[in-house]
Amino acid sequence: MPLSKEKKKEMFWTMLLSRRLDERAWVLHRQGKIAFHISGIGQEAAQVGAIYAIEKGKDWLVPYYRDLAMMIAMGMSPTEFVMSLMGKAGEPTSGARQMPSHFSLRRARIVSHSAPVATQSPHASGLGFAIKMDGKDEVVLTTIGEGATSQGEWYEAVNFAAIHQLPVVFIVENNQYAISVPQQKQMAVASAADKACGLGLPGIEVDGTQVFEVYEEVLNAVELARKGDGPSVIETNMYRLTPHSSDDDDRSYRTRQEVEEHKKKDPILLTKRLLIEEAIIAEEDYQKMEERAKAEVDQAVEAAREAPYPEGEAAAHPVYAGEVNHD
Amino acid sequence: MTEITLVEAVRQAMDEELARDENVFIIGEDVGVRGGVFRATQGLFEKYGGKRVVDSPLAELTIVGVGIGAALYGKRPICEIQFADFIYPAFNQIVSEAAKMFYRSNGDWSVPMVIRAPYGGGIGGGLYHSQSVEAFFTQVPGVKVVIPSNPYDAKGLLKSAVRDPNPVMFFEPKKGYRLIKGEVPEGEEYTVPIGPAKVTREGQDLTVFTYGMMHHYALQAAEMVAKEGIDAEIVDLRTLYPVDRQTILRSVQKTSKALIVHEDNLTGGYGAEVAATIAEWGFMDLDAPVRRLAGPDVPGVPFSHPMQEWFMINPEKIADAIRDLAAF
Repeated sequence: MPLSKEKKKEMFWTMLLSRRLDERAWVLHRQGKIAFHISGIGQEAAQVGAIYAIEKGKDWLVPYYRDLAMMIAMGMSPTEFVMSLMGKAGEPTSGARQMPSHFSLRRARIVSHSAPVATQSPHASGLGFAIKMDGKDEVVLTTIGEGATSQGEWYEAVNFAAIHQLPVVFIVENNQYAISVPQQKQMAVASAADKACGLGLPGIEVDGTQVFEVYEEVLNAVELARKGDGPSVIETNMYRLTPHSSDDDDRSYRTRQEVEEHKKKDPILLTKRLLIEEAIIAEEDYQKMEERAKAEVDQAVEAAREAPYPEGEAAAHPVYAGEVNHD
Repeated sequence: MTEITLVEAVRQAMDEELARDENVFIIGEDVGVRGGVFRATQGLFEKYGGKRVVDSPLAELTIVGVGIGAALYGKRPICEIQFADFIYPAFNQIVSEAAKMFYRSNGDWSVPMVIRAPYGGGIGGGLYHSQSVEAFFTQVPGVKVVIPSNPYDAKGLLKSAVRDPNPVMFFEPKKGYRLIKGEVPEGEEYTVPIGPAKVTREGQDLTVFTYGMMHHYALQAAEMVAKEGIDAEIVDLRTLYPVDRQTILRSVQKTSKALIVHEDNLTGGYGAEVAATIAEWGFMDLDAPVRRLAGPDVPGVPFSHPMQEWFMINPEKIADAIRDLAAF
């Protein structure tokens, strides 16, 4: 089904809002107002394109820590994200227990993940296994960085899903760096998608800066999964435009020239250009969207700032299900 | 009542839970057509089919990681690790994922699953089919650790573990699978709660705190020394984590002497936690230093029979330790 103009505009808006929110997190960190940020800048097209291919409220998302734009697309509010940046009480990913961007959102069927990479991949296969057991037509989307595909956990997860033909779409967001280590030191194959062949699946590559192309590829995989034709591995290629995290300095391992070169393929710019070419938005519409994004981010920061911190004693619970949650 | 073996008790518990709740399923290596290498799942594949008694790939991480995902969906997986020795590839999933999921999501996501694994030596299994691994998990908040010593408890505790909304590590003394027999109610539903330890032999002179296969041997040792006039109390700890400190301290209050016995290595073993509990809260009740009898601090149980015997605790070694402590 081709995307409507409204849908395309909405997708771009989600990318733009995520970008401005992500940028504000960097500013808040430099102002000393938050302790840590890990960024998804440059990956918004791949993330929003993928989310629009699943059914919200029905399908499942098992994300990784760069998926801010996915979270926004799934309905996490900017205020909730800034609350998690600040470690405020009741933020919905972890009740301020986890570092920021270790996502979870029960109400949207987004499962909690941890920091050691690829640990979430087997959970996606387990969810898919349960879905198949119950004969439901739900689909699981799970993401990972290209570096994390070096982990055995990812191979085992894809292997299990392939054996049982589970409704899981494994997305590899290849941003070309795992902190400082480039792809060629991570794998001998040309792309992470090539690894799928050894596990009995076709590996699909798509330009991760092209939101509508990503949407098409993921939608195809989701439809296959939904009708029982098994899992897919899709590699979305892009470039990590920021350092790994607020604690990283990428000048020690890549040139400014290289980064500047990739900024020409910034998915926000590319998508904006595309929408203007297709006459879906005009320059003044874009300016209005920018103003609205700034206002929403301002408001989110203000609301999060006013929110209280948790009591120290809240850390004692909840360890076991069945006990009272004191938060 | 009918007398069955420990492994049959395990099998019955799973059979009954599979019948009771359609969300329960078993996943592990050779659990299907083969019925498990120890026959713990014998007949279940035929009865419930391959969708609920699932032969996994030969990968322990997969068994536990997939189990966690299914549990997040609302399933009740029983994951079988063929030997406790093989659990380490899944360690990351157990400690970093299953144990922390509920806490790290502030109660939004829970992992109701059981991880079963036969543990322990004395069966000629060498370094990699003899290990006791409980101490790795008894310092991990978020999981529970259970080790039954007899068929009645094995069945009742495993049923409780399947129904528990949290991840439960369930270690079964494989040496006792066919050796230990006991009575269980026939055609009557029962469970044994996770948590409480149990005084399995009343005594006055000292208390032996133990679990699993060593509990079986401790009862035998107690009968040996009884003939010499030493009256030993035996406490089967059953649930190692969380710790039942009340039962431990109550018994020390009564007998004033404590011996802890396990086949896992001495240093950093579970006995250290029991000893610390007694030292911290039961010190004034003690008439003698707390003693530990445990596996020696070598990397594994050797294969060759004489070396295996050197490693393993047996009823005679426990009886000797009881005599020593009684004479203090």
